[in-house]
Amino acid sequence: MIRVMLPQHLRTLARVGSELQIEIDGPITQRSVLDALEARYPMLRGTIRDQVTGQRRPFLRFFACEEDLSHEAPDAPLPDAVASGAEPLVILGAIAGG
Amino acid sequence: MSKVRVLVGTRKGAFILESDGKREKWDVSGPHFAGWELYHLKGSPADPNRIYASQTSGWFGQIIQRSDDGGKTWHQPGTPPGEPPAPGPPKAASNKFVYDTSAETGKPLTTHQFYDGTQHPWEFKRVWHLEPSLTDPDLVYAGVEDAALFRSTDGGENWKELPGLRGHGTGPKWQPGAGGMCLHTIILDPGNPQRIWIAISAAGAFRTDDGGKTWKPINKGLYSQYIPDPRAEVGHCVHHVAMNSKRPGVLFMQKHWDVMRSDDAGDNWREISGNLPTDFGFVIDVHAHEPETIYVVPIKSDGEHFVPDGKLRVYRSRTGGNEWEALTKGLPQRDCYVNVLRDAMAVDSLDKCGVYFGTSGGQVYASADAGDSWNPIVRDLPGVLSVEVQTLK
Repeated sequence: MIRVMLPQHLRTLARVGSELQIEIDGPITQRSVLDALEARYPMLRGTIRDQVTGQRRPFLRFFACEEDLSHEAPDAPLPDAVASGAEPLVILGAIAGG
Repeated sequence: MSKVRVLVGTRKGAFILESDGKREKWDVSGPHFAGWELYHLKGSPADPNRIYASQTSGWFGQIIQRSDDGGKTWHQPGTPPGEPPAPGPPKAASNKFVYDTSAETGKPLTTHQFYDGTQHPWEFKRVWHLEPSLTDPDLVYAGVEDAALFRSTDGGENWKELPGLRGHGTGPKWQPGAGGMCLHTIILDPGNPQRIWIAISAAGAFRTDDGGKTWKPINKGLYSQYIPDPRAEVGHCVHHVAMNSKRPGVLFMQKHWDVMRSDDAGDNWREISGNLPTDFGFVIDVHAHEPETIYVVPIKSDGEHFVPDGKLRVYRSRTGGNEWEALTKGLPQRDCYVNVLRDAMAVDSLDKCGVYFGTSGGQVYASADAGDSWNPIVRDLPGVLSVEVQTLK
């Protein structure tokens, strides 16, 4: 079971609480987590990564285990603590704007 | 008794203002979608309970919202209201706007002119304007940035570009204005479902007479001194176009500079700025019952973008242009420095015609007497991006 934390606006959109859990078969990577997240919550499609290019939206970041994983390859394994469910993958909105 | 429902999009959410036909006391609901930019909301003329909304964010991209109960509840089309999200393939792609690149639809252009003069690929950013069909609640058009026209025939669940607009040949000359390269105006012809007008900053106005398959630029008569060829076929920064639905084909335009008029469906334009204190502005609209009565809000150009002299004045022409009178009763006439953006004025169809506009300072003003006097419905909303009105029987 993978734990994911969403920023507030995406929680509202997906009608979920601060943290959600998703099941994933196979390797635990940014891509597999986001694929599973968007399949379970289709209203999030396009809000975290671009609908066409699949690129992370510029003002969003991926954190886990106190590390910024935003620039890791989408298919790189996430930390063991995320894969085991001990730590969440945190999707964070940049603190910016007015 | 008739009612009016004013749909207000702001930089931090949507608000719905409702009143009876007297338009004196108002109920305010909102913010809906708090914290998001609501570029535009518009109700279906065929079903007033059906309202479409463009919810956008620099962080999270584009969301389309829909209400089927007059704005009380909202949902993303394809995700029924109140229904928990279900696992499995998405039922819809309501926020998916993908430019058409297929050869069979005419190989639409893939680049436009960028700020530095180079060619730049089309990149979807947001929906500026939603225009529901006059007859079918499930048919709705979306004007987007980077400029293109999309259409949904299933109530906003899925969107498909009308590629003929980008594909007709002038796309490489289109370029973004300060607000981005946006398709911001969509006007449907009530007498001819095959005819649609659109406008783009900064490209100009375009018209289709075959339901969106082919388009032609309609900018003859426009003069823009800030582009290499001031009378070019495209490249003009048209800010907004308005039409009285009872007189299709007579169009009024607020260009970056110049207020313009066409009496032949846009084939030719002539300037009607007349005695306006400045011919720069964003909004323009037409009285619901008097097709020669038009409204603009002159703005001090070009580096300031607020009303001149600290006075908020709507200007009205009852002669179809050239002769303008300042409407000031009830509007601040000192220390006022707001802007009124291009989609932030609307009229109702009551008698007398109501006129509404919203400001960058968060005020929404209403006039229940065609502009003779004004009152603020609300004073302290976030900056207003758009105002639309529904007249409810």
